[in-house]
This record gives sequence, C-alpha cells and structure tokens, in this order.
Amino acid sequence: MALLDRLSALLGGGLIGLSATVLLLLSGRIAGISGMVNGAITFRKAEAWRWSFISGLLLGAALYEYGFAVQPTPRSTFAPIAMLVGGLLVGWGTRMGNGCTSGHGVCGLGRLSGRSLVAVLTFLITGMLTVFVIRHGL
Amino acid sequence: MKNHLAALISGILFGFGLGLSQMIDRDRVLGFLDVAGAWDPTLLFVLGGAVGVTLIAFRFVLKRSRPLFADKFYLPTKRELDLPLVVGAAIFGIGWGISGYCPGPAIAALVLGIWNPVLFLIGMIVGSLAQKWTVAQSQTGQKTELR
Repeated sequence: MALLDRLSALLGGGLIGLSATVLLLLSGRIAGISGMVNGAITFRKAEAWRWSFISGLLLGAALYEYGFAVQPTPRSTFAPIAMLVGGLLVGWGTRMGNGCTSGHGVCGLGRLSGRSLVAVLTFLITGMLTVFVIRHGL
Repeated sequence: MKNHLAALISGILFGFGLGLSQMIDRDRVLGFLDVAGAWDPTLLFVLGGAVGVTLIAFRFVLKRSRPLFADKFYLPTKRELDLPLVVGAAIFGIGWGISGYCPGPAIAALVLGIWNPVLFLIGMIVGSLAQKWTVAQSQTGQKTELR
C-alpha cells in the first residue's frame, strides 16, 4: 500500500509538472496558483483566463475524487479559526513573496530560479517549525 | 479563446494530479511537515515528480521564440534575493503549517464539500488583498513625502 501511495504521488506530481508545461508551452504563463487567484480576483477581462484554469482545477480534482479515487479523501474538520488564520498568512505571504508551492516550487525550480530555491527552502523550514511547535510544543 | 482552452486543460491536469497525489488531504501535507512525528514522505514524491517533469520539459519549451498561442513568455524578471521574498515565503510557510493547505490543494479540496478549504480561501483572499492594500498605502505615502 505504501508503495502504491508513493507511485501515485510521483505520478500525480508528474501530472502537475505536465500541467505547468502545457500552460507554458501554449500560453507562455507560469502555473502559480497564488498568482492565479490574485489575478482572478481583479475581475479584469485580460485576466479572465485564470478563471478557466481555476474551473479546470476543480473539474480535474472532482474527476479524480469521484471517478478514480481508490478510497475517498478523509473529510476531517479542523478549528475554523486555524483555517482562517492559516489562510490569512498564506494570502499575505504568497503575495509578498511572489508565489507558493506551485509557482516557486514546481515552476521556479524547473526554471532553476535562485529566488524560487530560496523561497522553497524558507517555507519548508517555517512550515516544519510551525508544525513542530503546534504538535510537539516548545 | 485559445488561452481559455489552454488554461482549462492545464487546470484539469493540475487538479487531477493533486487528487492522485493525495495533496488535497491536508493531513498528508501536515504529515510531511511533521518531521519530528510519524513523518509522511508523500509530498517529497509529489514535488520530485513535478519538478522532474518541469526541469526537463521547460528547457525545451523555453528554447522556443514564443509560446504556441501567445506572443511571448510571461516570466518573472526579478533576480535579486530581497527581504520581501524571504519574509513572504516565511509567513506563507507558517500559514501552511497551521492549516495544512497551500493555494492549489485548497481550491481542489473545495470538491470535497467540507468547510476547511472554504474558510482557508476566505482568509487567503483577505490576506492577499490586505497585503496589496498595505503596499499601495506605503507607496502613496512615499510619493506624498517626496512632494
């Protein structure tokens, strides 16, 4: 089971890389989701294609979850305040740092961008520290 | 129209990939970040698969003079490692650790029909607009001082 999990993780990751490649090859755009959301919520006509990407993202996720998933994704709930605060920090941080796991992680590393490497290492470290503090205390 | 189609196809691949790699389950992401607990390496495989593809494929794509449906590549031009990059990435990492969501998986997780990603995305949009507003304010402030 663990092996199958890792294989599907690798394959799923490969599809994400393919997605970024398709967008770059066809439209010349970087598939960074935080930038995608920031552009989409300007509601300008020139940015409207971002809504198509977001629609596709939902379609693709639904297609997997309800058509192909071996078992349904767990639907655990979480403290609402943690979701809101987490979201707030992610929104602030990704705009300030120009990207998230997809923009810096998938696309930036693929372009061998030094800025992206620094960003990825930084958010991996602070993410791990945060989980350490929450789960294991100081 | 072509760009909408390209974005739609790319989005579908991205969403399916996130589902297949189990990244829409925030517990798997938190399991990866929890290096001192029962560490779950799944995210490393996802990142490995994704970057493995972009590292190779982007080279070929960026050798072209232009994309198929557009006049030019829209690539980030900044090179320098500045403070906003590091501070922003650090703040993002903290939010990621608190919630277990980053923007892509959070949007994809909307299809699960639970409140977690909805609340997260509300917070995320508010946070992003607040940051934008703060930067705009400080820039107007600077301009006024110059006058």
